[in-house]
Amino acid sequence: MPLITFTEKGLYCEIADVHIDPWRPVANALITHAHSDHSRWGMKNYLAHHHSIPVMRRRLGEINAQGVAYGERISINGVEIRFYPAGHIPGSAQIRLEHKGEIWVVSGDYKLGDDKLSTPFEPIRCTDFVTESTFGLPVFNWLPQKEIMESINQWWAKNAADGFNSVLFGYSLGKAQRILAHLEKSTGPIYVHGAVANMNDALAESGYDFGYAQRVNSDTNIKSIRGAMIVAPPSAQSSAWLNKFKPLRTATASGWMSMRGARRRRNVDTGFVLSDHADWRELNEAVQLSGAERVYVTHGYSSVFANWLSQNGIDARVVKTEYEGELAEIGESQNKEPEAE
Amino acid sequence: MKHFAYLVAQLDSTTKTTAKLRALTDYLAIAGEADKTWCVALLMGRRPKRPVNTALMRQWAAQVSGIPLWLFEESYFVVGDLAETISLVLPPVAQCSSITLSEYMTALLSLSGKDEAAAETFVKQAWAGMTQTERFVFNKLITGGFRVGVSQKLMVKALATHYHMEEGDIAHKLMGKWTPQENSVQRLISDNEGINNLSRPYPFYLAYPLEESTESLGCVSDWQLEYKWDGIRGQLIFRKNEIYLWSRGEELITDRFPELSALALSLPCDCVIDGEIMAWQDGKPLPFNFLQTRIGRKTVSKQVLKTAPVVMVVYDLLEYKGRDIREEPLSTRRNLLESIVMETNAHTLILSERLQAASWDQAKTLRAQSREKLAEGLMIKRLDSPYQVGRKRGYWWKWKVDPLSIDAVLIYAMRGHGRRANLYSDYTFAVWQGTELVPFAKAYSGLTDKEMQEVDRFVKKNTLEKFGPVRSVTPELVFEIGFEGIAPSTRHKSGIALRFPRMLRWRKDKVAADANTLDDLKSILKNFNV
Repeated sequence: MPLITFTEKGLYCEIADVHIDPWRPVANALITHAHSDHSRWGMKNYLAHHHSIPVMRRRLGEINAQGVAYGERISINGVEIRFYPAGHIPGSAQIRLEHKGEIWVVSGDYKLGDDKLSTPFEPIRCTDFVTESTFGLPVFNWLPQKEIMESINQWWAKNAADGFNSVLFGYSLGKAQRILAHLEKSTGPIYVHGAVANMNDALAESGYDFGYAQRVNSDTNIKSIRGAMIVAPPSAQSSAWLNKFKPLRTATASGWMSMRGARRRRNVDTGFVLSDHADWRELNEAVQLSGAERVYVTHGYSSVFANWLSQNGIDARVVKTEYEGELAEIGESQNKEPEAE
Repeated sequence: MKHFAYLVAQLDSTTKTTAKLRALTDYLAIAGEADKTWCVALLMGRRPKRPVNTALMRQWAAQVSGIPLWLFEESYFVVGDLAETISLVLPPVAQCSSITLSEYMTALLSLSGKDEAAAETFVKQAWAGMTQTERFVFNKLITGGFRVGVSQKLMVKALATHYHMEEGDIAHKLMGKWTPQENSVQRLISDNEGINNLSRPYPFYLAYPLEESTESLGCVSDWQLEYKWDGIRGQLIFRKNEIYLWSRGEELITDRFPELSALALSLPCDCVIDGEIMAWQDGKPLPFNFLQTRIGRKTVSKQVLKTAPVVMVVYDLLEYKGRDIREEPLSTRRNLLESIVMETNAHTLILSERLQAASWDQAKTLRAQSREKLAEGLMIKRLDSPYQVGRKRGYWWKWKVDPLSIDAVLIYAMRGHGRRANLYSDYTFAVWQGTELVPFAKAYSGLTDKEMQEVDRFVKKNTLEKFGPVRSVTPELVFEIGFEGIAPSTRHKSGIALRFPRMLRWRKDKVAADANTLDDLKSILKNFNV
């Protein structure tokens, strides 16, 4: 029997009695990162990277959670467990499990490019690699982050010069902070939606500093704001909250914005192709770097990507999970992100 | 190409007309004359015949990107647009070229007649020198259909702003036969006499659907009522003994309707007539499927002429003895039109009957009966109205009958294109025949974006089988399908063809078993297809 099996509750290691990113309540959960489709409610014990814990507490309430550092060794019933950086968002991890020569790496969500915010992805050699495939088609090819951030800053500067506020939509955890970290602060004031501010506060507990981004609340004198950048979650797009910032221009930052159809459907003025998931090249590179004998492809274009790997002589198969990738960013998520103000 | 690609990107990134107009005028201000002309032609739908086979383009794109064809096709299913898929899979640009739009178009056109290898070299080289947006636009030049939300009206408005001219004037001058190879915008819009262009049609006047109550229109006697004919809108031009027939899509279709080109022998004077091309026999219209046997057919056999003879049901006169009379009131134009029809000794020119109604209530009754006349409802035109350019409110209204409808079950869904790429938005519907569901119509309009996303999720969760971009789904969802007409068909399994099917509403209150039967459809066919 393999070290990890795929069950109805999630990925399961029987010997250590731990689940990884389970989607049904279990006793012991190892959490790759704090996004709500990977870190769900109802587990007796949670184990995650230190930086994920405050965020998880904020989202899940009082939980029994313990933090670990990257590379720290944990041993349960002969299974050696370590967390390694996944480069997806602050605190995100690939989880490596080793037992009697079998080495599994469950990569959760990841990207290879260094976003200068999260600890960069570290390739780990293994026998069995579990990979996402959110953008597992050759049409997804990201530009270097520097270029994308330049376009975002130019867009903001132009809007500011035209007397408009700029509202940029992205996940409140991860995408929002990545954008905040690279904004050209001299352009104008920076505001964040309450959902983003909550995440900033949680990350501040781990030493991240987004103090320059002001929370929009009832005291904010909105009428006086011009030329500001407001970072908000995608769910705020259709809310009345947005009207406060008129005149405004809107944009969405998501990997899906590379597709014209998704861009037009989203009905924003501009789309920036910015994703915290691996693009086509990165997915292939990650599989290669893992040196794995077997590859398990989860959420995304899983069957296509698995077929492609198989054609290239890699033993790859599709595994059905309940992870979602970036769907909520274009309003197509099955379960709602908790984005309350 | 850089500027034109930028224009397309700008047009694409907004739904606001003012922003689109601004993007267009900005482009016109910097583009060279040849580029300007091509831009106008392309955005107004004058794309030359496809110079390169798209099947080849797929192969080349896959080759250049180093991916197998099946993977390219999978990507295409997701992206939903061939030009875009190609632009996204190609490796990044090494060095940008500075070739202009018109240079590309000229080169593309010169490919016709040359061998495959020449096309391959050209296309691959072009791709290598372009950014993703430029590639997308370049591919669209070949595959066609920009759909960047620029209507003819908007293009005309941009030109009017740029050249400080009147919109109607520009619209008229850009009508008819011209190609960007032989013309320039500048030359077209300076042609005041139309000397270069004997066949030049006038822009069609299009009506909006009537949404308010008829009472808001005032007194019924101020209006001319006619049937709204379900044919092909056409403009018949007779000048200097030459006859031309234009479709609303600005296609010259004179040769396809010899019955109408024969009118050259019997029209009493030079004139331009607006009307509807209809299949017609024994003093009344034939169902639309008869006319369909004539559409797109360039050579017409004796057999077809006999089974589907056409006439022109005429309702307006735009030019009389060489004079543009569009500013005259409808009543005057109508009188002149009647005199022309009277003097024309041909049974293929038929006056669209003026219906008599003493009140709007009577008009309502006429409208309700219009389907029996194989009309789609009524047209209401103000007697003092000029003949305007394009779609305008106020003087002309179309007042359609309520569509026929039937409840049907969703059985197949296909991914859409453009805005609906990667969304299951094109559906096939079925009705019951015993315990079997028989497909009878496809529809893709009528749902809100939100409903469509809900159906999309249903499709993804309830897929039975996948065939490329199509999925068969558990027959569960019921929709009310509306349609304008119904005809027997040997091409469809159901034996029935619908005209303009669309979803009127999602019947969430119904389960599959509640949907209608094929017999129900057949009884509608019996009632409405004479």
